[in-house]
Amino acid sequence: MIIDRKKAPEFRAIDNINLIKPVKQKLDNGCNVFSFNSGDQDLVRIEWIFGNQRFDEKKPLLNVAVNTMLTDGTSTLTAAQIADKVDFYGAFLQVDYGYDNSQVVLYSLNKHLQHTLPVIKDILTDSVFPEKELETFIRNQQQKLQVSMQKNDFVARRGFNKALYGDTLYGLGAENDTYKTLRREDMLLFFKQMYQPSNCTIIVAGKIEPGILELITDTFDKKWVNSSEKSDTSQPELKPSAEHFYFIEKPDALQSAIRMGIPAINRNHPDFAALQVLNTILGGYFGSRLMANIREDKGYTYGIGSGMSALKHGGALFIATEVGADVCKAAVNEIEKELNLLQTELITEEELSLVRNFLLGSLLGSLENVFSHADKFKNLYFAGLDYDYYDYYDRYVETVKTVTAGHLQELAKQYLNFNQFYKVIVGKY
Amino acid sequence: MVKFNRFTLDNGLRVLVHEDNTTPMAVLNILYDVGARDEDPDQTGFAHLFEHLMFGGSVNIPNYDEPLQRVGGENNAFTSNDITNYYITLPSANLETAFWLESDRMLSLAFSEKSLEVQRNVVIEEFKQRYLNQPYGDVWLKLRPLVYKKHPYQWATIGKEIKHIEDAKIEDVKAFFKKHYNPQNAIIVVGGNVKTEDIKQLSEKWFGSIPAGEKYHRNLPQEPEQHDERRSTVTAKVPLNDVYIAFQMGARLDKSYYAAELISDILSRGNSSRLYRNLVKEKELFSEVHAYMSGSLDKGMFVFEGKPLENVSTETAEAAIWEELERIKTELIPADELIKVKNKIESTMIFSEMALLDKAMNLASFELLGDADLLNHETGKYLAVTAEEIKNLSNEIFRRDNSSTLIYLAEKA
Repeated sequence: MIIDRKKAPEFRAIDNINLIKPVKQKLDNGCNVFSFNSGDQDLVRIEWIFGNQRFDEKKPLLNVAVNTMLTDGTSTLTAAQIADKVDFYGAFLQVDYGYDNSQVVLYSLNKHLQHTLPVIKDILTDSVFPEKELETFIRNQQQKLQVSMQKNDFVARRGFNKALYGDTLYGLGAENDTYKTLRREDMLLFFKQMYQPSNCTIIVAGKIEPGILELITDTFDKKWVNSSEKSDTSQPELKPSAEHFYFIEKPDALQSAIRMGIPAINRNHPDFAALQVLNTILGGYFGSRLMANIREDKGYTYGIGSGMSALKHGGALFIATEVGADVCKAAVNEIEKELNLLQTELITEEELSLVRNFLLGSLLGSLENVFSHADKFKNLYFAGLDYDYYDYYDRYVETVKTVTAGHLQELAKQYLNFNQFYKVIVGKY
Repeated sequence: MVKFNRFTLDNGLRVLVHEDNTTPMAVLNILYDVGARDEDPDQTGFAHLFEHLMFGGSVNIPNYDEPLQRVGGENNAFTSNDITNYYITLPSANLETAFWLESDRMLSLAFSEKSLEVQRNVVIEEFKQRYLNQPYGDVWLKLRPLVYKKHPYQWATIGKEIKHIEDAKIEDVKAFFKKHYNPQNAIIVVGGNVKTEDIKQLSEKWFGSIPAGEKYHRNLPQEPEQHDERRSTVTAKVPLNDVYIAFQMGARLDKSYYAAELISDILSRGNSSRLYRNLVKEKELFSEVHAYMSGSLDKGMFVFEGKPLENVSTETAEAAIWEELERIKTELIPADELIKVKNKIESTMIFSEMALLDKAMNLASFELLGDADLLNHETGKYLAVTAEEIKNLSNEIFRRDNSSTLIYLAEKA
């Protein structure tokens, strides 16, 4: 067979995305349960997601400490017993602290769920934060912080968040002494306020066989009541700093970490999807402008990218990289050039059509299994967009397919001004 | 259970197909049977540098990434001491693009000087970012030569030193390609929303005409058994001391591999593991401590790593790890504890079937080991391990004269 290797095979654009719809159930105690039933493996992932409590700058670590220490003991189970029970049944128990929510996640085979669920019930209703475990937590966190502070990219990220968000959960950067503000009594009260059904959303994903949902609702409805304490999930105003440039010198650095960007819109804004397209072109995929120039043409770095963080109370568009210390200034200049280019020159249809296809393929690929469907839903639900879920992705697909170069240029003028960017450099400059 | 079909083209290329129609996507994974262990001791880091050059354009296609992105695909690759693995994920409707791209670069690269120059720089920045500009980043550059005296595992995939990468010439690149990148040295796995008949046709069409090339016969110096206690101490600008103890252990295909992995799980997997519970929580000696295995195809490493608390000396820390080792050498594992780690293995195996790319990579790895179907018999091999085997193997591995200890000291300011 003679084939023409110079000619690319025919391809098809992606036109439809099938999202798995969750079944919603509201429990009498106020907790919402969303379940996604799909998959061949006899297993489930269950997430208990709680809105973070209001940030208190005098006790800034309560959200993260209470979440992290949920597995450290209840009045009937020690940390060791909790770990034993979970591990014995081959399950995985995680606690995850995020900027807006904190969660407990259980991965379990269906056949063991009757043994693993009661452990979760126990830690969500009866955690006691033993004094000795708290000491261990503080000591280990302080040690880890010392190591992280030697990593330039970590220091740059902290500096950037602090500049953009000020003294809030988003801008928090703990110091060694910050851990000394943690008190067991505060944690116990905080736990009572935050971890209750009215502040909880349960998301179940996997092969939901008959009986599974009943098992879950039995454990987390009638047997789980709200406490007398009220949860307060409002948050203080974000306070962006007046100073836009931060240079933290590390005389021995072989590379400098660069992080720069600007407060931007989140999912609630009609331009969000279009800005995602622009971000992709700038630094959101391997063939992006920043990668093509600063890695693939100049060889200044192993990697450079841009991203958008979409949080409940704000968002940001940012660029991050680590570059050779001797080429740090040159790299910053190239970043500035790329930003300016997007404002002054229209993106060609050739580049734009590539990015359209890439984004649609990557949306399709991001729905790999039932867990990823649940994750997609969470992105929107916790942005307050649950009822528009399917519309949202329809509109996203529509925007990706039709956004014009002119519109993207307008967005570039609005959001990609180098002079308005917050810039943090750690290393040499 | 991961089902698959398998066929071999006339040029020796092995192709496996895993049909999974729960996804609209497809993956094409190509494993090349070449890794850092196949490098010349004076040209280390070459297999990995070469992986970067595979993206620098092939003989008929000037740009690899762009056409793939245009059809909604993504790709990446990694190099280990044993293998080099490339993978593409894309909507299954556009799978042929993946065949077109991968077959052209197996046929021949463009060998562009500009690409070599740029990727040398990129890899040097990677060297700095991951190994030199991170606290403890260079530990593998120091630990490997302590454990391996003869075998090429004595260097890391990034290479021994930056100079080896700086010195790479285009002739070396061409020779490396000729030696390792041909159908006989590759295994393809296609997975996802595909049909085996279609994959046969596509494979014949795009890969069938690529010359078989010469078969590479690996003949590496084997690492002799260790009978001397090895030790090294380094001081660097890091905030905390760090203790590493590495032992030689069996190869991946060795029968003892399964017991060894269970030992590592007993000692270090999850919050119920012995090291975490006893050394972090109860005795309060470490802020973190782990055990893991390199899992390499030739003789492997069983490694312990821990950061002692600031008031704990490295001698005390080391002794505490040895105390745990003595315990596993002398006391049989209680039945419950053994069931626990086996249950975890079983559920991990089932969870791993949720990810298409993982399944494809696993099939390729096991095919390299001799038969992809081994993947489906893994769980059974773990379940068959007895408490006696664990005790016996612990005695074989955790000997002082089989240990290499690296003490990483924090420089006092």
